[in-house]
Amino acid sequence: MLKLNLLLAVLLSVCALAVVTARHQARNLFVELQTMEKQGRDLDVQWGRLQLEQSTWAMHARIEQIAHSQLQMVVPEVKQVHVLKDPEATP
Amino acid sequence: MRRRANPILPRDLQRGRMRFVLVLIFAGYAALTARAAYLQGWQTDFLNRQGDKRIQRIVEIQAHRGMITDRRGEPLAISTPVESIWANPREVETAPAQIRALAASLDLEVGPLARALGDKTKSFIYLKRQLPPEQAVAALALGIKGVYGLPEYRRYYPAGEVMGQVLGMTGVDDKGLEGLEYAYQSWLAGGSGAKRVVRDNRNNIIDELELVRPPRPGRDLTLSLDLQLQYVAYRELAAAVMANRARAGALVALDARSGEVLALANFPSYNPNNRAGVNRDLCRNRVVTDVFEPGSTMKPFLVTAALEAGVVKPQSQIDTGPGWFMVGDKRIADVHPKGVLSVAEAIKVSSNVAAAKIALEMKSEDYWHALNQIGFGTPPASGFPGEAGGRLRPYASWRPIEKATMAYGHGLSVSLLQLARAYGAFANGGVLPKLTVVKRTEAVGGTRVMSAASAQNLLAMLESVTQPGGTAPQARIVGYRVAGKTGTAHKLVGGNYAADKYIASFVGLAPVSDPRLVVAVMIDEPGGKDYYGGLVAAPVFSRVMAAALRFMALPPDAPLVDLPAAPGEVVGEAI
Repeated sequence: MLKLNLLLAVLLSVCALAVVTARHQARNLFVELQTMEKQGRDLDVQWGRLQLEQSTWAMHARIEQIAHSQLQMVVPEVKQVHVLKDPEATP
Repeated sequence: MRRRANPILPRDLQRGRMRFVLVLIFAGYAALTARAAYLQGWQTDFLNRQGDKRIQRIVEIQAHRGMITDRRGEPLAISTPVESIWANPREVETAPAQIRALAASLDLEVGPLARALGDKTKSFIYLKRQLPPEQAVAALALGIKGVYGLPEYRRYYPAGEVMGQVLGMTGVDDKGLEGLEYAYQSWLAGGSGAKRVVRDNRNNIIDELELVRPPRPGRDLTLSLDLQLQYVAYRELAAAVMANRARAGALVALDARSGEVLALANFPSYNPNNRAGVNRDLCRNRVVTDVFEPGSTMKPFLVTAALEAGVVKPQSQIDTGPGWFMVGDKRIADVHPKGVLSVAEAIKVSSNVAAAKIALEMKSEDYWHALNQIGFGTPPASGFPGEAGGRLRPYASWRPIEKATMAYGHGLSVSLLQLARAYGAFANGGVLPKLTVVKRTEAVGGTRVMSAASAQNLLAMLESVTQPGGTAPQARIVGYRVAGKTGTAHKLVGGNYAADKYIASFVGLAPVSDPRLVVAVMIDEPGGKDYYGGLVAAPVFSRVMAAALRFMALPPDAPLVDLPAAPGEVVGEAI
């Protein structure tokens, strides 16, 4: 009887310690999860900002203006245009 | 238990008192134990629940709203995370210096902010919504008690005013209010999730217990519109409206074969990123929601109906006499008398007299049926919210004069989108395309509304409109054969036709050898000296259509030579 009780007492303390460890791990993991989620949000923010930045730089009005004024690009005149027929295309 | 005897009290009394006190103490213990046993044994569940209620909360997780892109994947509407700052005034206890710092970091006035935070009857107020994340972080870094951040999403529209009315906008709570944001709300929105968390007394989340419901992110929407073409369309429309000092303008470009809307522009427009001064009037997508009396752009449908009913043939001769005639007591007139015209020539020079005479030859029922079939009087089901169906009165109530005026586009009303779709039938060999604003990956059959032969006949007549002697030589495009029809109509103001207010329009298609694209342009109240559709709207058509043909890489079907200069005087069409 005493032996059984002793055994149970040992088991109990092992379980108690295991609970403490599991709890501690859970807390650590939760902190990690929070950090990750925050990181994810930050990356989301950055992605959105980059997308907006890209579309701002790629605005058609801006491209057109640069093409005209900086690169001196023009729409080709009619006599400069040659239409090539694709020889493999079936009419 | 031996105590020192109290010399004052008798021994018996001392013992009795001691027992009494002992009994009292034990009774107290017994009561406590019983109470503890009762709470632990019988009341546990209830008490656990009560305890959880005080520290656990269900927190909503906002779902990411789907992105809207154009047909090439260019983003048109993006949701990015922002942060709203809120406060619980009951928790706030701050020094004036801190309030000033907070006001500065949030760009708020100090006075109202202090008053708002001083109102201790409230436990939740928004201080500022949808701040850029870095600004929110700066505000929260002040460490003021009772001031918190709340992650939210804000919608940005990179194309700004170019796409204004098409996309519409979302409200501060991320729900679509206008345009496609409204129409596709349930597709884009997704569903918010929820999680159960444990919070401390300062509202910080210290533990997450379970995910009650995962958030369902919104789906992306790929439109049929082409941002490049849309930009050109908007630019050209805006230039034309301003050059003609018009009140407004609208333009729509369709792929007649697939029924996709490729561009849809309104001017004036608004920038959905900056909504100061935006009102209901500006939000209207005129192409879809506004109807107008189209004028001569209706004539091709009369001719189609007459050809289908066998009333005329393309070469039938119609005597327009002195350029006017009477229906009842109403006079129908052309600008110049044109003598005897074939049906084809009547379209080319846009003769009202010839059109009215053809209409009077027709049975009302046939004419109504043809117009109805080609989509007039019913909303075109494109996917835009608030579509107008226009007005097409039942034929039983038509009087002859109405039938005659309807021939040249008065006494009925249409939206520009309906008109463009109806022209799509000419481009599509007689099949009315099924419209969509969402990119199509497979072909969708339309409904046949006229024979292929009629469509071909009409195409030839419409091509003559853009040739010398027609009403719209300015619609021509180098390298492509172009067909179309001008319209110039007096505007209805309070039930009467205003003498000096017009709506100029042009609807055209190209390339004629294998038609693919339809572009319809409408200019509302041109205020300059020109008001004919052929002078005001046709040049816009020409430039936008040229861009569309180039973007879609459609091969030229006409020689690449400079166009002969347009005649100094354009044939004035009858109004």
